Amino acid sequence: MESSRDDFVIALRSAFLKKGTQQRFSLLSLIFFSIIFLILGSFNFKIINYVKIGITEIVYRSSFVVSVPENLIKESYLTIQNHNKLYKENENIKSELEILKAKDLLNEFIILENQRLKNIVDDYLVKSDTIIAKVLSDKGSPFLRSIIINKGSKHKINLGMVVMDGAYLVGKVVEANYLSSRVLLLSDLNSKIPVIVEPNAVFSILSGTGKNHGIIQYSKKYEDIKNESVIYTSGAGSLFKAGIPIGRMNINNLSDEKKVEFFSDFSQLKFVKVVSFKKSENK
Amino acid sequence: MTGLRNKNFIKIILSKTPIILLFVSVLNDYDFNHLGLKYFSFNFSYILIFYYSLKKSESLGYTYIFIAGLFNDVVIGTPIGLSSLIYLILCVAASYLRNITLRPSLLKDCIFFLFTILIINSLLFLSLKFIFNYELNYFDQIINITFTFLFYFLFSNLFDFFESYFVSSNNAG
Repeated sequence: MESSRDDFVIALRSAFLKKGTQQRFSLLSLIFFSIIFLILGSFNFKIINYVKIGITEIVYRSSFVVSVPENLIKESYLTIQNHNKLYKENENIKSELEILKAKDLLNEFIILENQRLKNIVDDYLVKSDTIIAKVLSDKGSPFLRSIIINKGSKHKINLGMVVMDGAYLVGKVVEANYLSSRVLLLSDLNSKIPVIVEPNAVFSILSGTGKNHGIIQYSKKYEDIKNESVIYTSGAGSLFKAGIPIGRMNINNLSDEKKVEFFSDFSQLKFVKVVSFKKSENK
Repeated sequence: MTGLRNKNFIKIILSKTPIILLFVSVLNDYDFNHLGLKYFSFNFSYILIFYYSLKKSESLGYTYIFIAGLFNDVVIGTPIGLSSLIYLILCVAASYLRNITLRPSLLKDCIFFLFTILIINSLLFLSLKFIFNYELNYFDQIINITFTFLFYFLFSNLFDFFESYFVSSNNAG
């Protein structure tokens, strides 16, 4: 009994302290370094922040280079998949286009009318500054959903700026480095944004799930939310401009979950628009 | 002379392959997310670190593992130092197993690997959830652990093959 305990202690001590022929540090000292990094990092210690910024710039750039072969495979796979769907999609798009052309004319009239009415009731109009950024890497890890873009504080990117794919919202900037930034996607578990569900104007919160869809939470009028309803930003809390389209409700009768299918496919992002919205003076 | 230089270059590349693979895997996340499979993900870095710390500890320096951990934290956005700590605990487990093993067997290695990744993932989950206030999906973690464990069999054999047919033959030649 005594000797087996001794063996355990010897094996464990050797595991922690023994250095191999090419090892510069023992495991114990490196574990000690990691813990120091963690503790000082959680207190926002200056040196650790500088180390982090340095590593971030190296990693984001090299991550883009390293991702090239995988992206090539990914793109080929998607191209083949898309080719299969092409014919059917083309037929649907043709018929949709006819309907949309008609709707577009109506929209133009409504936009002009809306601007005129806003001027009459003395409401403010929104002006936006847009920066186009390239997606360096999309780290769809099983636990965190974020992308890294090639514009940073040098290009006037600030925390909280809205990130869009065309007209659709995809997330917001949560980390702005000098030459790159991290964007937290709407699908991340930590993402929670105020939204409005139309028709019926139900105010609610859209939460990420860590998957490719979101869910509607914290609403008092769940019964008013119907399948195929469209989700827009509500503008509550001044986090986002009101009326940015996000996705469509996909309610499954078998579950109570209010699922939202995003308009934008977050796994296919190549270029995004980083937008800041400001109030502009009425004319 | 040129042939000798080329041979030396290939030898160096082959001996550094585990380190290259480790850095590529932390920078690139080999988890086949692009396939869009709902219930599939695995951690290639865990398999690589455990295998090489157990079988060929001289191929993968602890310092490189530590740096790879820092890179991984930056890539996936976890607090800096956490992945390094997790990777190094994996090394401790592998090193301990190496010290107590007289007759190595793949099955024993796998069971010990499963036990180790269960512990380190629990540690990761608890620290991220309760200390750093991250929201994590418990079910995704379980899936990740299961596939990482299952893939250990496959990658262990692949690495054995690579070591015996490429690295050893090149060293002998």
